[in-house]
Order: sequence, then structure tokens, then C-alpha cells
Amino acid sequence: MGRRKKMVERVKHLMNYPDKIRNIGIVAHIDHGKTTLSDNLLAGAGMISEELAGRQLFLDFDEMEQARGITINAANVSMVHEFDGEDYLINLIDTPGHVDFGGDVTRAMRAVDGAVVVVDAVEGVMPQTETVLRQALRENVKPVLFVNKVDRLINELEVDKQEMQMRLAKVINQVNKYIKSMRPEKYQEWKLDASNGTVAFGSALYKWAISVPAMKKTGVGFNEVFDLCKAGNMEELARKTPLFKVVLDMVVRHLPSPTEAQKERIGVIWKGDKESEIGMAMLNCNPNGPVAFMITDISIDPHAGEVATGRLFSGMLKRGTELYISGTYAKNRVQQVGVFMGPDRIEVEEIPAGNIAAVVGLKDAYVGCTATTLEKMMPFEEIRHVSEPVVTVAVEADDMKDLPKLIEVLRQVSKEDPTLNVQINEETGEHLISGMGELHLEVVIAKIERDKGLRLRTSPPIVVYRETVQGISEVIEGKSPNKHNRFYIQVEPLPESVVELIKSGEVSMRMDKVERRRKFEEAGLNKEEAKGVTEIFQGNLFIDATKGVQYLRETMELILEGFKEAMKNGPLAREPCQAVKVKLVDVKLHEDAVHRGPAQVIPAVRQAIHAAILTAKPAILEPMQFIFISVPQELMGNVTREIQGRRGQVLDMNVEGDMVTLKAKAPVAEMFGFAGDIRSATEGRALWATEHAGFEPIPQAMLNDIVMDVRKRKGLKLEIPKPTDYVG
Amino acid sequence: MLIFVGLGLYDEKDVTLKGIEAIKNADVVYGEFYTSRLTGTHPEKLAQILDREITILPREEVEDGRKILADAEKRNVVLLVGGDPMVATTHVSLAIEARKRGIDVKIIHGQSIMSAVCGLTGLHSYKFGRSATIPFPYGDSVSLTPYEVIKMNKKVNAHTMLYLDIKEEPMRISAAVRILEKMEEKVEEGLLDDMVGVGIARAGSMNPSVKCDYVRNLKDYDFGPPMHVMVVLADKLHFMEAEALRILAEAPKEIEQMVE
Repeated sequence: MGRRKKMVERVKHLMNYPDKIRNIGIVAHIDHGKTTLSDNLLAGAGMISEELAGRQLFLDFDEMEQARGITINAANVSMVHEFDGEDYLINLIDTPGHVDFGGDVTRAMRAVDGAVVVVDAVEGVMPQTETVLRQALRENVKPVLFVNKVDRLINELEVDKQEMQMRLAKVINQVNKYIKSMRPEKYQEWKLDASNGTVAFGSALYKWAISVPAMKKTGVGFNEVFDLCKAGNMEELARKTPLFKVVLDMVVRHLPSPTEAQKERIGVIWKGDKESEIGMAMLNCNPNGPVAFMITDISIDPHAGEVATGRLFSGMLKRGTELYISGTYAKNRVQQVGVFMGPDRIEVEEIPAGNIAAVVGLKDAYVGCTATTLEKMMPFEEIRHVSEPVVTVAVEADDMKDLPKLIEVLRQVSKEDPTLNVQINEETGEHLISGMGELHLEVVIAKIERDKGLRLRTSPPIVVYRETVQGISEVIEGKSPNKHNRFYIQVEPLPESVVELIKSGEVSMRMDKVERRRKFEEAGLNKEEAKGVTEIFQGNLFIDATKGVQYLRETMELILEGFKEAMKNGPLAREPCQAVKVKLVDVKLHEDAVHRGPAQVIPAVRQAIHAAILTAKPAILEPMQFIFISVPQELMGNVTREIQGRRGQVLDMNVEGDMVTLKAKAPVAEMFGFAGDIRSATEGRALWATEHAGFEPIPQAMLNDIVMDVRKRKGLKLEIPKPTDYVG
Repeated sequence: MLIFVGLGLYDEKDVTLKGIEAIKNADVVYGEFYTSRLTGTHPEKLAQILDREITILPREEVEDGRKILADAEKRNVVLLVGGDPMVATTHVSLAIEARKRGIDVKIIHGQSIMSAVCGLTGLHSYKFGRSATIPFPYGDSVSLTPYEVIKMNKKVNAHTMLYLDIKEEPMRISAAVRILEKMEEKVEEGLLDDMVGVGIARAGSMNPSVKCDYVRNLKDYDFGPPMHVMVVLADKLHFMEAEALRILAEAPKEIEQMVE
């Protein structure tokens, strides 16, 4: 405990020197060894015993994580590293690699300034590597690279020295290719290069690593590595050129301090006035400025209650500080501030700008919100999640009297994990949880049962469909219930390029108007439409194409609410809409505000949009998944059979040695239970991963059945609705 | 046949004899009380006095209209509405739809707040411009229409009648003034500071309350129970209006300076 206490003191001291801080994340494809690396870094820094590191998976402290051998939650830890005789504070976030938990990675990237990208030397860059890299680059987080499992290259694939070098160079090139395509303007600065030390190579499991700068000190280069690996003497490597030292040296040397990073990152993650007091304070990472705290994670502490963790970009957090929570009218008082050391939260007096802080007392906070001392601070940009919920389960409390508790718990989990979508139905008691995949939901439900002591009944997983249009509708007239207001609506498909633009998060209603217009025009909207964009909602656009309608301005908010309601529940099966362009062509309003209130405007607009969709070749889209599988060649047939039986298609196949790697695509609806089936089909010898592959129209022949299935489940009338059902 | 019967302003005694006759002869009597309310009575009391059952319809059913119209195609239907049925309500759509279907439509008028206000305040009916309703805020957004209407009316030197929204409870003048203040915060045109108005409570009853003052001051005046309405005065008054306001509405002496 003594060592640990001392560590806490050093952490507390260093917190006040932003130039000595590095906020970093470790990101990778699943099983490429992030958590093993993190553990070793901790051990090296004296946080856990070296013998246990790697086996202990210190950061996978959740029982469920240890049982499954994967990381589920992003975990935070602070540690101290000595470099060139000076202490540095490393705030590290380990993130999950499984695609179902991509939301955690996205959120973690908001809190950090730099990322260690881990890539398996044998497997090379995998789809999830690309995804996490994109998440980092979008947040202006600078990458360095750790090529892991180099020993496998030598001992399992038995490559020679020359081929080893070639393969390693290939990995670097692959990562560089992504950096170049995603951030061309940053490429010169961020390009990874072994010779300048932004790349390290090693084995997290055997605790050694080398890099060009390290070679100069240790004298250990690729030749020694090759020979010692061959000789099975990796202990010597670990002794001569220890992993933690090489990697953390790289972090300190090449990843930016908060002071440095915030100068550039603020412009990316915050659209307010940079010349303002708060803008300047954040750019300069000023501990005396107003508090600007972005919450990226909420967890539950059995004693303290909700703990909000996030990045403090400006100001000082201490007990008693009152913070406004963006998006609510609430003001909360900070009860405790602390830093995380793995599972433990260490309370401290105060935390200055530039750190990752854990705060108790912000009861209205939710993941993604901004907490600030300023009443009217422009909040940080929304955290964009790369993929959307595609699978739903219905849950019920086993015991009716647990119902109120269950509702409370569901509200809580949706606050903690923004990639979950929870629909509470107090009437039927059947609540729906939608998430990123089957595993994601399994874990959420297991956690509720374990942590809250509730017994739940769950339905088999159901796929979340999307509704869209494939043609241009007529102009539909929607009348308000009192018949004194009329809305003229037309819908059509949104071009793919515009959908991509929206998904990329590069356009928002908060950004500069002129800039937004330009981006939409570039993506293919005509000038008038680009100018008329009034709302962006779940991949759909609302365009105001009217001219000079009196009172429209104050009615627009209600119109947009009608639009959102229409998009949340489409007309065919009440599934969310996607890629729909809704145009308001004309409006006739009543003179008096009371006769064009919410009860009049919202239903009129919603129904007109639904009727319009039904006249525009409505279609149902289903979520798809890429599947990447490596198996011994002789089991190949079993795997393709398994894929084809699931409406899947094999896209690509690669043979390496006696292993085959194949890439396939299949509907998520057909992928339930795949884990078990592939295991028995291949005697457990298949290594596989999945990746979201967007949405595709379901085959026409299945449309009616699927719509009826969903309608039946939702208790809707068992017929495809007609436009006249919405506008009579 | 569809007969709209105006119930007048305050209690069960305000309905006309013609209205009573229509109610007595009707096959079915509906009532709607969401556009206006008779605060001096209850629908049950009305039903008791007239010895008729009254079916109160929620807003959705009146707006939808199908049930009323289907009924009116076969028999005599009376729809009771507070005040005068076609003022400040949207029932005209129902009347039009009935006519389209060949249903006979009759309107039996009741007292209207428009005329009552002229009587209670002495303001000339000729001098009123557009009217507006002050709605309850929706979330944190307030409709700026009333402010715009007042501004427009002032330009042509006209008074503005302000109806107050009804939800579970009818809005009171104090709340209405607070909403006007919110509008002022938004537009920042400074109109509210010089705005003079008259508040009227319980028009049609035997103890109405009428008070003229700066609009901001009306917030603190005790008008008693609802219904409340307000008039925002034009910038210039006819001398008779000013005198009437002094005598009937306890207007401050400065009102004389507004005389043309």
C-alpha cells in the first residue's frame, strides 16, 4: 500500500503541470492486445506487480470482463512515468475492441489527446483498427503505433529476418494510408515513421518492445530481437528493453500535452467563439478560467452513487463548485472530485484544467453533456457514434413488484451508455432496450441482474429495421385537427453522398450557416435546398422551401417536432426513418397563436410526412454485418455453409499457410446465435470478428412478411397503411 | 340539423330564450368547454335547470367532427359553446363541413366578450384592431405573435384585445403580463414600458373587476377569480374613452395625456 500511496502523492502533484500530462487512449481491434499492454504499462509504473501483469488484466476488473476475456468498459487509470529524469503524469483509458462496444471508444477519444494504436503483427490492420483510428482522427487525437505480437511472426509464422522487416513495414504503411485518407492536411505532421520513433514493436505478453530511439540507448535492434525470440529467451529482451519504458517514452515524446493539444482540439470539438473568455481559457488550458468539463462516462459507485468522468478543458474542479448541465435547466453541486486508479477512485482536493477527472454529485449529468460554471456556455459538440443500435430485446421484471425499480434502472443505464436506446412502456410493463449487437445487450442485461439484484425476463433479440423512401412523393396537404392550418409536404430519398456527410458529423445545425450550406451543396443538394436545411435528425433532413410565410418562425419549432416524431416512427412499421428528405413546400397558418399550438401543428406535420412517405415507394432497410473469419483450411467448407445458410455472401478470401481468412456479409437478423453455431461447426477453431456494414433494403419478397411481423409485435393493425389513413 | 348555441359569458342565466328553446327541442345536446368556460356555473347545473342531459365532448372529438356530423345528419343536434359560438373559436370548420354534407346549420348567438369589454371599459368598438391570444409558453418558447399584433395595431392607433389561454385553469392577468415581459426580453423593442392596458375579470357577472394602468402594474392588481381578458390601449384615446377609463376603470390621472 505504501508504494501506492506514494504514487497518489506524485499524481496529485503532477496534475498541476499540464506540460507534464499526457492524456492517452489505447485502441485496437479485438484481441490485438490492448488490455495486456495497458496492464504492463501499469506494472512498469509500479501500479501492480509485474508478475501479475498480463495475467491479471487489471483493467478488466469487471467479473464479466474477466470471464469473457474481453474488455467491455473503457477503464481509466492515472500513473507516473519518468522520462529523461523528469516525472510525467499519464492518464490512460483502455477501451474495448469488440464492435458492440464501439460507443465507449468514441467517448474515450473525446477525453484524450493522443492514442496508442495497437496492431497485431500477424493479423495486420483489421476493420476495427480502421474504425477506432477514424474515431481518433475525427476528434483530432494524434496516433502513435505499437505493433504487437512480433514474437508470433517469428515463432509461429517462422518468417526470416528480411520478411519480418517487410511485414512490419507493411503494417506501418497500412496505418499511414488511413491517416492520409482521413486527415490529408495532418498527414505530414502525423505520419508514422519508425525512424523518428512514432512506432514501437514488441510483445505485450512477454513485456518487451523496441523502437529506433530506444535502440540507441539499449543497443537492442531487430537482429537481437529475432535471435532472442528464436532462442525462446524473451526474458532477456524484457530485461534489456522493457515494454513499458519504450512505449511510455514514445507517449511522452510524441503525444501532445493538454496545453499543446487543446490549442487545436478546441476548434474541432467546440463551435463557440474562440475569442470569448471561455474560448481563450480552453485554448490555453487555463486552470483559472471558467469550468468547462465534458462528461464522457458515468458509472455507479455503490457508496458515492453516480460518478461522472470526463475531460476538464478549463477551470478547476473542487468540492462545492456549482455547475450548469447543458441541455437541462439543472445546476448541480460537486460533492467529490477524484482520479481513477483502475477500479479505485482516489479523492483529491481539486483538479485543474487538462486532466481527466471523476466527479460525484452531478446528478443531472448524462454521457456527452457539458458541465460548466457559465450559465450560457455553448456546449461541446455532440459525441458522434459511428454506428447505431441495430438489435432490440424486450425486458420484463420477473416479479411484478420490481417494476418501479426496473424503470429506474433502465433510465440509469440509458444515461450511462448513450449507444443504448431504452423505451419504457409503463402501461404494458414491457420495455425495449436497443443496442449495438447481441453481445452488447447480453452484457447490459447481465449487469442489471447482477448489480441491481433484479431478475429479468427477456425476449429473443429482434432486429431494428429502418424505413426509407425510394421515389419522390406527391405534395401532400396535412391539415391540423382544427382544420385552420395547412402544411404542404413532399418527401424524396436523400442522396447517398448527403447521408454520408451527415453520418460523418461534419455538418450540424450549430455550425456556421454559410459553411453548412457549402458542405451540403458540395454533397449534392441544390442551392435552394442547402439554404433551406432547418433540421438534421437521425440521418434525415428537413428543408424549409417556403418563402415569406408570416408567423412561420415561431411555428417552426413545432413543425420540427412533428418532423422528428415522424422520423422516429415511420409509417410502415413504426421503425425509425433513414435517408429521407422532407420538404416543407408551403404553409397556411391561422392568425392567432392559440389556434396553431402544439396540439394542432405537431400531428398535422407528422401525418402529412407519413402520408407522403407512403406515396414515395416506401421500403424497409435491415442492418448488415461484415464477418471476418480465420479458420484452418480443412474447415473452410463448414464455415461457408454456415454463412450461406444465413442469407450471407462471401466477399473475399485469403489463404496464408494452412489458414484461410474470409470476409463475408450477412443480415444481422440472421446472425443471432452465430457464436455458438460457428464454434460447433469448426470445433472452436475459428477466430472471428464482426463489423457493422450499414443498412440494405430487404428483398422485396420478404417485405410484406417483415412489416406484418413487426406490426404484430407492436400491436398495430395487420395491414400496410395507406396515405388516406394519415390524411383524410 | 346542427345548431350552435352560444351560452354567453358567465353563468347559466346568460343563454338566450331562443337558445333554451333550441336545447329543449334538440334530440341530443353536446357541449364543449375547452375554448371558453363559464366560471359562474357548472355544466351539470345547466343540465339540471334545462332538464337535459349534456354530453361534454373533448377537443379531439369536436375537431374531428365525424361523430357530431353523423348525428346531425339524422336528428337535431345542439352544440353548446361559451360566449358567441363563432368568435375566437374555430368552429366555423364544423359549420362548413355540415353545410357541405347538406346538413342545416343554425347559430343562436350569445353575448360576446368583444362587446362586453366595450361596455365595461367605455372603449369604442370602432377603435379595436386585430386581436390575439396569449398562449401558455411551450417548453421555454413563447409565441411572439401577441407582441407583433400589439405593435401593428399601435401603428394604426388601434386597441388590442388579448384573450388569455385556457388549459386546466384559465390564465390570469398576472401570468399574462409575465409572459408579455418574456416576449419583451426576447424582442427588446421596449414597447412594454409605455404600454397602458385594461384588465377585465368576470365580464358578464354582477361583480366584474376592471382596472386600467401601465401593463406592468396590472401584474400586481388583484382581479379576483377568472375569466380574465386584457386590452392594450392605442397610443391616442378619444376624450370620451379617457373619461370612461377614469370613472369605470380607476385609470391613473396621466391617462388624460393620451387624449388626441
